[in-house]
Amino acid sequence: MIIQALVFYVFAAVTIAAGLMVITARNPVHSVLFLILAFFNAAGLFVLMGAEFLAMILVVVYVGAVAVLFLFVVMMLDINVEKARQGFKKYLFIGGAVGLVLLVELVLILSSTVVSTDVSVVASVPIPSLDEVHNTRALGQVLYTKYVYLFEASGMILLVAMIGAIVLTLRKREGVRRQVIADQVNRSREEAVEIKKVSSGSGI
Amino acid sequence: MITTDLTMALPEIFLACAATTLLLFGAFRGEQGASFISALSVAVLAIAFGLIFLGNRPEGVAFGGLFVVDAYGDYMKLVVLVAAGFGILMTQRFIEREGMDRFEIPVLMVLATLGMLMMISANDLMSLYVGLELQSLSLYVIAAIRRENLKSSEAGLKYFVLGALSSGMLLYGSSMVYGFTGATDFAVIGENLSVALSTGGVPEIGLIVGLVFICAAIAFKISAVPFHMWTPDVYEGAPTPVTAFFASAPKVAGITLFARILSDPFGSLVGEWQQIIVFVALASMILGSLAAIKQTNIKRLMAYSSIGNIGYALVGLAAGTQAGIEGLLIYMTIYIFMNMGTFACILSMRQKGTMVESIEDLKGLSKTSPLMAFALTVFMFSMAGIPPLAGFFGKYVVFAAAVDAGLTTLAVIGVLTSVIGAFYYLRIIKVMYFDEPTASFDKPIGGEMTLVLTVSSVFIVFFILFSSPIMDGAALAASALFAG
Repeated sequence: MIIQALVFYVFAAVTIAAGLMVITARNPVHSVLFLILAFFNAAGLFVLMGAEFLAMILVVVYVGAVAVLFLFVVMMLDINVEKARQGFKKYLFIGGAVGLVLLVELVLILSSTVVSTDVSVVASVPIPSLDEVHNTRALGQVLYTKYVYLFEASGMILLVAMIGAIVLTLRKREGVRRQVIADQVNRSREEAVEIKKVSSGSGI
Repeated sequence: MITTDLTMALPEIFLACAATTLLLFGAFRGEQGASFISALSVAVLAIAFGLIFLGNRPEGVAFGGLFVVDAYGDYMKLVVLVAAGFGILMTQRFIEREGMDRFEIPVLMVLATLGMLMMISANDLMSLYVGLELQSLSLYVIAAIRRENLKSSEAGLKYFVLGALSSGMLLYGSSMVYGFTGATDFAVIGENLSVALSTGGVPEIGLIVGLVFICAAIAFKISAVPFHMWTPDVYEGAPTPVTAFFASAPKVAGITLFARILSDPFGSLVGEWQQIIVFVALASMILGSLAAIKQTNIKRLMAYSSIGNIGYALVGLAAGTQAGIEGLLIYMTIYIFMNMGTFACILSMRQKGTMVESIEDLKGLSKTSPLMAFALTVFMFSMAGIPPLAGFFGKYVVFAAAVDAGLTTLAVIGVLTSVIGAFYYLRIIKVMYFDEPTASFDKPIGGEMTLVLTVSSVFIVFFILFSSPIMDGAALAASALFAG
């Protein structure tokens, strides 16, 4: 138990520290690297809770795809950080004020709320016990049955995203030489090869 | 079990399959297929209309409570399909002329319509979110479709960034609601809430915060004040038929969802949300009528007009009664016809092969094309709410419902703003009839424009004679929402 608590605090502390570094680091590449660190630690927190599937997805999707894409974008766009930070002081006051109001509101809500004693029971109702079935299988059991509607709908959303990416970026350019497999295969020996007699000692 | 579920979602499944088929067809045919696919898309929407109107689907919930079929949803789905069908119909010729005829545009419009139907049928916070996202994502792409045009790109980008922000608010609000009620299913949320309230409890403040977040997100999607900032820029920047599409079908779907979520799961919290809706309705009506006065671009004018119209429709929702919802349904039905008709006129504003968008360009339209001037006059009078045109009845039913619910002040302010709004609608009529023509518009305007113009002006003028099917349908739909 004590070890679990210890591991939790290590993961949580590193996640928060990395999160802070993401927004304070001067170099955007460092920011992305800290973001990856935050993702890894969040995955560790998921494992602690017995949600190993979410942990793996977090690493595969966020670290493997999203963060690497970020890295590409940051490196290719060559963002001028100093320029982006120029308005920082100007907006600090108003932004800070809005943030403070939101924070006070959230604290008021949380402090006025009494957490019900049976909250752990209610929260665990939709989740089968870890002794019976592990997390990945439990997700698989409902994803394609109970939530098939949402699954298919998400598929449509991804399709729209794909169409959108193609429509907004694909350009038809003239004079591009394309590979035509049929032409390549149909090419006969006569078109492609020419035999020349080379007399020895004189070159071509 | 699953067969029943599939039968209940048949129109949506049909649209999804048709959209993917059209997409494949377009991909194989290349750009030449665009006009054919556009025609097919209209046919697909017509078939979906038939499936809902004639198909005898069982009512109730499907997919384990994620999806609901009822008379309320069916009525609004029919309205959305009509609006979307008109929208696609008006798009094709425009995109051909402007040299941007890509087959993806009608396909994306069909997919957006699918998202709208899913929003209307949503019976769970999760299915609400996926429906809304499917709709919004398709619309973001269509807004930015002219990527070489600076204004269109700006429109797409603004719409996307602010839309993503509002989706974030929706998710945050949903998580609060889930946390405080322990459910995402609308029926279960409603049940838990009424149990908690009947035992003498007061609603948790966190739940109210969640509700406010959800309201803010949906108000953004229907461009109600104070979440309207994106509307004029997006409407001006997007290609005109796309603007026509934006101003009609998504508005109907959004406001349907709004009415369902407020009266179904949060029906017992009417005292909490009523003040929000009253404020939003007031602000929308006032801003819509005042800000439109100084506009010179007719598309921007229509943006403010749509903000104002959403305000009037929300008056019906603010009443929180069955009569109010009925008024809302009738108002939205009439609104899409007025809106589609007006945009058909705007799309016909072409001089020497290029689009013009300024109100000045309408000078002396009564002399150069009297029929179009007459049609536009009908729409403007109707928007201003002058009897016996349809727009008057729309305003009458929502204001009557508000007065019955004791919101007299709201109704009085609504009538006042509608008088102010009449100023800019009548100004357009003045420009058309009393100013000297400078140049005339290109003719002919095209068969589908004539069709849209004829259908909508006939609807607006003769609504007083043939209103009973729509009134009855709306009454049935509203009672279905309050029964369940």
